[in-house]
Amino acid sequence: MGIISRGFRGRRTEGGDRLPPGQYLEHGFPVLSAGPTPRVPLDRWEFAIDTETGQTHRWTWPELTALPAETPTVDIHCVTKWSKFDTNWEGVSLDTLFEDVETSVEYAQVYSYGGYTTNLPLEDLLDGKAWLAYRYDGEELEPRHGGPVRLLVPHLYFWKSAKWVRGIRLTNEDWPGFWETAGYHNYGDPWREQRYEGD
Amino acid sequence: MRRLIWRAATLVEVRAETATARTLVLDVPGWPGHLAGQHLDVRLTADDGYSAQRSYSLAAPADGERIELTVELVDDGEVSPYLTEVIEVGDQVEVRGPVGGWFVWRPESRAPVLLVAGGSGIVPLMAMIRARRLAGSRTPFRLLYSLRDPGRRYYAAELRRPEPGLDITYLYTRTTPEDWPRKAGRVMLGDLAESGWPADFEPDCYVCGPTGFVEVAADLLLDLGHAPEHVRTERFGPSGG
Ligand SMILES: Cc1cc2nc3c(=O)[nH]c(=O)nc-3n(C[C@H](O)[C@H](O)[C@H](O)COP(=O)(O)OP(=O)(O)OC[C@H]3O[C@@H](n4cnc5c(N)ncnc54)[C@H](O)[C@@H]3O)c2cc1C
Repeated sequence: MGIISRGFRGRRTEGGDRLPPGQYLEHGFPVLSAGPTPRVPLDRWEFAIDTETGQTHRWTWPELTALPAETPTVDIHCVTKWSKFDTNWEGVSLDTLFEDVETSVEYAQVYSYGGYTTNLPLEDLLDGKAWLAYRYDGEELEPRHGGPVRLLVPHLYFWKSAKWVRGIRLTNEDWPGFWETAGYHNYGDPWREQRYEGD
Repeated sequence: MRRLIWRAATLVEVRAETATARTLVLDVPGWPGHLAGQHLDVRLTADDGYSAQRSYSLAAPADGERIELTVELVDDGEVSPYLTEVIEVGDQVEVRGPVGGWFVWRPESRAPVLLVAGGSGIVPLMAMIRARRLAGSRTPFRLLYSLRDPGRRYYAAELRRPEPGLDITYLYTRTTPEDWPRKAGRVMLGDLAESGWPADFEPDCYVCGPTGFVEVAADLLLDLGHAPEHVRTERFGPSGG
C-alpha cells in the first residue's frame, strides 16, 4: 500500500472489478489527442493493409461499409485514468479485413490521417479483438472521436485505438509509435497497469 | 530502461490563485527534473488502502526537488476537492513522472511561440513562460488566455509584470472587466488572427484547456493556415467549455 494521504476518503465509484487498477468510471466521453482534429473527406478516404512482401490491400469508404458489420459493446480504458463501460460501436472486424491477407510477421504499425502512429502485436488485432469502427452509439463517429473511422482495440489502453485510421503496415520489427516513443508503454495492458515505459 | 516510480511528495506551501484554484508546492525527494509542458500522476491513498490517481501539469520548472502544481476544483470530483480544500502543509501524496514528451517547449527552440490557454489550461503554458524566463531566452512568446471572468485569472500578479518578448491577450467568455474593448464570448478566428502570429512565421502553437475549447482553438489555427504539425494540444477534462 502506498503512502496514506491524511483525510482522503475517495469516492469509491461503482465499477468494482470491471475497473482496471488506477482507473475511475467516467460517464462522459473525454477526448485525448496530441494535435488538431484532421479533416478527412469520405470521397478520398481509404484504408490499406501493407504486407511485408509489398502487397497492398485497399478499401474505399463504400467498400468498407459494404462488408459485414458487427456491433461490439465493450469497456474502454484511457491511460489518463478514465474508463467507460458498455460503449456501443459499429464496424468491421479486422478478421474480415485480414481474410485474404497473407503474412508471417508479428507486428503491426497502425498509421492515421494527421500522422499519428501506434504499434501492437498483430495477434492483438485478430480473433475478434479489434474492429474498424465507424459508428458510435448509433451515430456516425464524430471527427473528434476519430471519425470517419477509428481502430477499436478495447483490451489495450485507448491510445492504441488509433483515431482517423488510414492503414496498417505489417512488419518483422516492432516500430514504436507516437506515444510509445514519448514515454508510454509499448504494449499498454490496462489490467497490468502498463501506462509508461518500464511499467 | 527508464522506470517511473511512485515518490512521496510533501506539501510545503499553498498559494491561492482564485476562489476555486490553488497552487501546491511539493517537495519530492529524488525528483528527476522535467521539461516545461510535462505532467505527472498524483495518487491519493485512503487509510484502508483505497486509492485514486489523476494527472496534473507541472506549473513551473523544477527548483531542485521542489515542484508546483495548480489545481482547479471540479465540483463532485474525487481528487481535485482533496487537493484544493483538504490537503494541508505537511501532508503527503504520491507522484510519478514526468510524463509526456510531445507537449513540451525546450528553451533552445528558436521558433516564435503561441500559447493558447482555456481556463486551467494555462498551467503547462505557464511552465513554458517560466522556463523561458529562467533560461533568459529571447524567443518571442504570445499568450492568448481565455477565461470566464477576471476573477478566474491564475498567476495574476506574475503575469501583470511586464516581460520583454511576452505579449498577453486576455479574452473573457462571460464577464469582462469594465470598459473592455472586446465583448464577452468564446474564442473566434479574429482573436487568434490578431493576437497570434501569422502562419508564415511558422510559430510553435500550444493549445491547452477543456476539450471543447481545444477543439475550437486548434481548428481555428488550421483555418488560419498553421500546419497541423505545429499545433500541439493537451486536453484536460472531459467537459466542453
Ligand atoms: C495531461 C493532463 C493534465 C492535467 N493538468 C491539470 C492541471 O494542471 N490542473 C487541473 O486542475 N487539472 C488538470 N487535469 C485534469 C485532472 O487530471 C482531473 O481530471 C481533474 O482535477 C478532475 O479530477 P477529479 O477527480 O476532481 O474529478 P473526477 O472525479 O474525475 O470527475 C468528476 C466529474 O467532473 C467531470 N470533470 C472532470 N474533469 C473536469 C474538468 N476539468 N472540468 C469540468 N468537469 C470535469 C467529470 O466528467 C466527472 O463527471 C489534467 C488532465 C490531464 C489528462
